Amino acid sequence: MFPEIGQFALALALGTALVQSVLPMLGASRGNVLWMRCARSSSIAQLVFIGIAFAALMQAFVVSDFTVANVVENSHSLKPMLYKIAGTWGSHEGSLLLWVLILAAFGAGVALFGSNIPDALKARTLSVQAWISTGFLSFLLLTSNPFERVFPPPLDGNDLNPLLQDVGLAMHPPLLYFGYVGFSIVFSFAVAALIEGRIDAAWARWVRPWTLAAWMSLTAGIALGSWWAYYELGWGGWWFWDPVENVSFMPWLLGTALLHSAIVTEKRDAFKSWTILLAILTFSLSLLGTFIVRSGLLTSVHAFAVDPERGLYILGLLGISIGGSLTLYAWRAPAMEGGGLFAPVSREAGLLINNLLLATATGTVLFGTLYPLFMEALTGDKVSVGPPFFNATFIPMMLPLVVVMGIGPFLSWKRADLKGVFQRLRFIALLAGLAALATWYVARGGPALAYLSVAITVWLLFATLREWAVRIRLFDVPLAETIRRARNLPRAAHGMTLAHAGLAVAMFGFIGSSAWKSEEIVFVQPGSVIEIAGFDVRFDGVERVRGPNYIADRGTLAVSREGEFVTTLYPERRSYPVAQSTTTESAIRSTLAGDLYASLAEPASETAADTGAWTLRILYEPLVNLIWIGSTMLILGGGMSLSDRRLRVGVPRRASRSGPVATPAE
Amino acid sequence: MKWKTLAVAVMLAALPFAAGAVEPDEILDDPALEARAREISKDLRCVVCQNQDIDSSNAGVARDLRLLVRERLVAGDTDAEVIEYVRARYGDYVLLKPPFKPETYALWLAPALLVLFGVGTVIVVLRSSRKRQVAERLSEEDERLVAEILAAEKEGRS
Amino acid sequence: MKRAIAALPVLIVLVFGAFFLWGLNPDRDPNAIPSVLISQPAPEFDLPAVEGVGVPGLSRDNLFGNSDPVVVNVFASWCVPCRAEHAVLTRMVERDGVRLFGINYKDKPEDARGWLEKLGNPYERIGSDLNGRAGIEWGISGVPETFIVAGDGTVLYRYVGPVVGAEAEEKFATALAQARTRNGANS
Repeated sequence: MFPEIGQFALALALGTALVQSVLPMLGASRGNVLWMRCARSSSIAQLVFIGIAFAALMQAFVVSDFTVANVVENSHSLKPMLYKIAGTWGSHEGSLLLWVLILAAFGAGVALFGSNIPDALKARTLSVQAWISTGFLSFLLLTSNPFERVFPPPLDGNDLNPLLQDVGLAMHPPLLYFGYVGFSIVFSFAVAALIEGRIDAAWARWVRPWTLAAWMSLTAGIALGSWWAYYELGWGGWWFWDPVENVSFMPWLLGTALLHSAIVTEKRDAFKSWTILLAILTFSLSLLGTFIVRSGLLTSVHAFAVDPERGLYILGLLGISIGGSLTLYAWRAPAMEGGGLFAPVSREAGLLINNLLLATATGTVLFGTLYPLFMEALTGDKVSVGPPFFNATFIPMMLPLVVVMGIGPFLSWKRADLKGVFQRLRFIALLAGLAALATWYVARGGPALAYLSVAITVWLLFATLREWAVRIRLFDVPLAETIRRARNLPRAAHGMTLAHAGLAVAMFGFIGSSAWKSEEIVFVQPGSVIEIAGFDVRFDGVERVRGPNYIADRGTLAVSREGEFVTTLYPERRSYPVAQSTTTESAIRSTLAGDLYASLAEPASETAADTGAWTLRILYEPLVNLIWIGSTMLILGGGMSLSDRRLRVGVPRRASRSGPVATPAE
Repeated sequence: MKWKTLAVAVMLAALPFAAGAVEPDEILDDPALEARAREISKDLRCVVCQNQDIDSSNAGVARDLRLLVRERLVAGDTDAEVIEYVRARYGDYVLLKPPFKPETYALWLAPALLVLFGVGTVIVVLRSSRKRQVAERLSEEDERLVAEILAAEKEGRS
Repeated sequence: MKRAIAALPVLIVLVFGAFFLWGLNPDRDPNAIPSVLISQPAPEFDLPAVEGVGVPGLSRDNLFGNSDPVVVNVFASWCVPCRAEHAVLTRMVERDGVRLFGINYKDKPEDARGWLEKLGNPYERIGSDLNGRAGIEWGISGVPETFIVAGDGTVLYRYVGPVVGAEAEEKFATALAQARTRNGANS
């Protein structure tokens, strides 16, 4: 019963989206307020209908309704409730339903909270959003129906891939999609602006909160994904430059560029056509990600079950949306006049370098990811483009960006005094050099690049803090005055400081865990002691334990340091009989200084197996937690910027129009 | 149908992803050689996996290749020779870091070309904006002159 | 100039789209790896016989100076698809008079012996590749794999996976027929 309701609700949502695709757009061009306003109710209706469909699918998972094919394939009655719920978006069909749900949520968000946006722009934006919605809802209904029934229903399901039965990964897709799909509304705003043929500072301000919200989610999604890879896959890596990781990273890079270029558009009325292009391309890359993950075009460890027919359908959608919007861009963008002028040394120029490097890095990742396909098509040869390529090309682009990040906030708009800035930062440059030397004194070894990176990261961190201190005149004036200044400083400024400092913190994590990681791989028998990074790890044997839908071999490791007991670690190897696979559950002792990371494996070599030995991998990853702490700071910085008064009240309206009075958009 | 079976194969191939890779008995006694072996292993692709290096894969072929790499190193090969040895048997496909040769010029030069293109575009845009600045300033002073010329042209035509 | 720059993104996207369209071709297998051995002389290897099977071992020399192309099949008793392929190979040997050599890949000799006793032994020679080193020389990625080697020792064809089912057998037979005509032309 519920699945049919869900399917019916989806059909209703498609109908609503079709109406919304046409009516508000026509209304905006004819000045028919009634037609324009219908976008509001239809956006909300779409969200309600898709919400019903999503709830119906979730219900089927929660009660383990094995008459629904999707539940059979991705669930099991013994699975813990959290993963039953997460199973809703664990499959291609379910995740696509989540995709359109978030699409509708952003549309409804603009309809509900965008009361300061002029009617015509809002109507056009929501219409464009409905075009995307129509495309993906029809894709869902025609090729990937999540509510398909099976008859006769099997007694139990096939279980979800055990690797995916994990809290981090349960939350990973919703966050990632919220970011991915969130850029859709920015895309819609951009296309609407192109149709209107005008874009100004106010436009950039209206778009900003949505860009920020999407960017924050995407940051969270990527960070969560890398955290999951770190502790679940069992060898302590957090980034592999896999095509599927790359396709989530590219919208992030370009979205970051967009956030910065939109600032220039907002404050200085410049970079207009570039900002529009970034808005279109960021979402285009999200769409590309959806396409690559679901079409089986490239080999990846994370791909969904692939089906070229679906791939063809998505490619069609991509062609229409990306091709269409960029054609519109080619037609309309040249008419956009560049705004404020600026000198080669200025805040604008700094942000231009930021955009240049971020866009180039995105282009490089895109090209590297797709190169095997290009080569195969052109010459028939197969090549691999892996982490060594990306590290060799991406890092050299990011380091100068980080250097500029330290300087940028000091630069004033239009024309800046570089000499003055350098005078302020002299001391910090010295500090950065000393930090690299100090690191060398402590670590002795590791690649030269690591020391350079340490210096640059210290530079970024302290330049960022210095800029903040200058703004609130820390220590220059009495504390009360500083606090008053800090209060009066726009939240967006605090947000920038927090986010930039967050990147520096995360970079310490990247550097520490890649350059100074230590590793021991040994056969162990009860009583064996392994020394690593100053710890003594004693292996006390393995026992068999039972979980709800798995059986595990659990090792016990007593960790001590200089004879003093530190902790006990329990790495596990779980085997899931229904899904017929095993996972390693690593055990980690986390501190700010670094993680002691243990994972257990069955020895592959027969000689070792005969003696009853186990393979134990112990890693020490210095500073690795800073990656996620820094990521959290990035997200919080975004959130602080989002809460800026400027984005809530008193948002400027276009002088020529009489839109509704601005109200807080919370 | 063929694709469905392939999809299952892909899933199955993906599963061993979650396990240790290098085994203790593979590790060389000489730490310097072992470190080189690990670095080389990170540049070689496991041919049966979905985009993994042999260092982190526990597939049988990956283990064989790891052992081979170490054997060649012990025999005195340089890093480049070891990589070439494997490449000769499995082709360019196993190299995660594609060699620099005509087929991959585009790949390796793309980042630099992108930067150059970006810088070029920025310069063009800045130049045009300066020109505009100049033009704007001129138009204030020479408006009268322009008006005169236009008027003269009008007269000439009629 | 401005127009050209503005039109650039859409042009790039169109080119990308064309590649994607090509990539979706259902006959394309994104996981297939081309062999570097094709048109090259057979690689260096020398394998002892599997104990107790009663056929000699296999080395590179056995692949040179044959009058007809030979088939080299990499198999193992632990490999499930090999069992299905075994019947196909046996038929090829018995019906078409194909000369079949085997490489027993990472298999315990007693297991291989039992397997061949049960199913029959179509192989003229079998090399026992205990540590998989010969497998690496041949550049194999899994079991089974089957090669066609010309009489002069040149590797002509490689089939990855079991030669089972009408489509696969057809493909293999065509390759074998081509190899035979090539051999005829050469000699």
